Amino acid sequence: MKDAANAPPGAEADAQAICQVICQTICAEHGNDPTALLEIFHDIQERAGHVPEGVLPAIAEALNLSRAEVYGVLSFYHDYRRAPAGPVVVKLCRAEACQSMGALDLIADVCARRGISLGGTSEDGVTIEPVYCLGNCALSPAAMVNGTLIGRVDGARLDSAILEARS
Amino acid sequence: MSTVIYVPKDSAARSVGADAVARAIAGQAAERGADIRIVRNGSRGMFWLEPLVEVETEAGRIAYGPVAAEDVPSLFDAEFLAGGDHARALGPTEEIAYLKNQERLTFARVGVIDPLDLAAYEAHGGLAGLRAALAMDGAAVCETVLESGLRGRGGAGFPTGIKWKTVHDQPDCRKYICCNADEGDSGTFADRMIMEGDPFALIEGMVIAGLAVGAEDGYVYIRSEYPDAIVAMVEAAAVLGRAGWLGADVDGSGRTFRLHIRRGAGAYICGEESSMLESLEGKRGTVRAKPPIPAIQGLFGKPTVVNNVLTLATVPVILAKGAEHYRDFGMGRSRGTQPFQLAGNIKRGGLVEKAFGVTLRRLVEEFGGGTASGRPFRAAQVGGPLGAYVNDAMLDLDTDYEAMAGANAMLGHGGIVVFDDSVDMAAMARFAFEFCEIESCGKCTPCRIGAVRGKETVEKIQRGEDVAGNLELVADLCETMRDGSLCAMGGLTPMPVLSAMRLFPEDFDTAPRVAAE
Repeated sequence: MKDAANAPPGAEADAQAICQVICQTICAEHGNDPTALLEIFHDIQERAGHVPEGVLPAIAEALNLSRAEVYGVLSFYHDYRRAPAGPVVVKLCRAEACQSMGALDLIADVCARRGISLGGTSEDGVTIEPVYCLGNCALSPAAMVNGTLIGRVDGARLDSAILEARS
Repeated sequence: MSTVIYVPKDSAARSVGADAVARAIAGQAAERGADIRIVRNGSRGMFWLEPLVEVETEAGRIAYGPVAAEDVPSLFDAEFLAGGDHARALGPTEEIAYLKNQERLTFARVGVIDPLDLAAYEAHGGLAGLRAALAMDGAAVCETVLESGLRGRGGAGFPTGIKWKTVHDQPDCRKYICCNADEGDSGTFADRMIMEGDPFALIEGMVIAGLAVGAEDGYVYIRSEYPDAIVAMVEAAAVLGRAGWLGADVDGSGRTFRLHIRRGAGAYICGEESSMLESLEGKRGTVRAKPPIPAIQGLFGKPTVVNNVLTLATVPVILAKGAEHYRDFGMGRSRGTQPFQLAGNIKRGGLVEKAFGVTLRRLVEEFGGGTASGRPFRAAQVGGPLGAYVNDAMLDLDTDYEAMAGANAMLGHGGIVVFDDSVDMAAMARFAFEFCEIESCGKCTPCRIGAVRGKETVEKIQRGEDVAGNLELVADLCETMRDGSLCAMGGLTPMPVLSAMRLFPEDFDTAPRVAAE
């Protein structure tokens, strides 16, 4: 719900320390409430681009949970990234409604053109991920590019959306 | 006076360019000195016509669609501000057959008003239900909902009034209202349309539920794939809070209702109620064994009403117009209306709210206009990824919970995904297992292991390996999953698999193709 700041913070050497501080701040914003763990992960990912494993002890301490519990939640949900994605994240729906309009061929084509497999990041920084339903099933196939929903997707529409996301 | 122009803000409309159309209209109006006011409404649910622009004229609202940004100068040239004729003109919105032939109760305001305009909400019947509920005691509200015949619209169809009464009858303690807005089923978007197009209705329904059962806290669990719905709900809650309809003293009644909005994180299983409760508690979304049911031990171990978005958003109209008004729609034990969602390979995809009992054929053919590709219809999946596939003959089924169940199918959340004759049903059966493999929470063995083995076995069938033996094995595995899984994920994955095998056996008979190679 906060504006995403995708850039990883600071120089690499300081990244860990800065991340720890950010984590503690975010946990405090949620009152160090363990029931808000999903929201905390969302906030960290929006600010840091992903949830680095190194921050888990700090979260566990702030929320009075075990590290295993925190790791367990992080690893359960598809949304959370444990490694950074490219600056452009494309989610392509491969659920039934989109399949009925040729989504699987579209996905295969998009991945082949970028020389990656689904879930990978191309050399020009485009991450292509599968998603199961974006709620746009009457305008299939559907995609989401950096959070913007696109209906009736084809190669050309996707390319222009990626271009727009870069600018 | 300014001419009012409606351009939907619904994310599906935006996904095909509604924002650009709104910008173009504002730009052209400024250039031409036209006095207009743009209202960003929800979607009328006729997605093949999106972006659907409406102009308020003396003769009512006139529709134009689908409008592209490039069409806007010519619309001004054609004097669309006065309802002028144009290639994109559709006439009065309410006269469009798709819309005119619906019975909109839950969706009465969606696409009509600015979703965050509280005055417009009230002018169109909003808050009347809550006002009525505030004048009743909790048991009477539960009784009204029970009498209306309203059943859970999430898919299971459990009578809402009974669920509420169970929570109401629990001893005095902290209780919760949880709205399941984790609408993960492919082919469904009705919850999203409500949250984006009429969020006040959902919140009003939750407050009524709180008054009915004695709960002071409500949680809405919205899937993260719906960023626009999350924003709309947060804003709507803020508006209602400022107007005194949420918080410590609901409309001066001395009653309390606080609303909390939580985001999901991409797990389909969290649409299962007990898994959603775990997730709301900040844990892994693994399902709980039942009993105890959530109405007795739900969120944080306390009595909890868990209802779908559509169920809760329907409550206000029931309280406002009376149980009888709602119950008079529908057939058999399926009372009221169901928002159907026409999706996939369909010419006129969208939201059709009809009284229960309309046939699938009428929905797919009359409303939907057949396939988008123009090829022959072959199959439809009804009720989400855990719902059965139906063939052409089964389209004559009435949409009624019991009639569907009697035909080994289910209505679910009302999604209908259409496929043309290019579909490979063995591939769809394989996908049902694959989806279960990806989304299983992993707690129970039939689901966790069964999905993987099922996928592998269908792949063997697709390769032509011992087809008869492996079909038998899949049927046997499905029985184990159905009878042995903790929740509907593993328990209903057999629905699409077995229906595909039963209705489209030719797609599983791969032996001749292999022999020819």
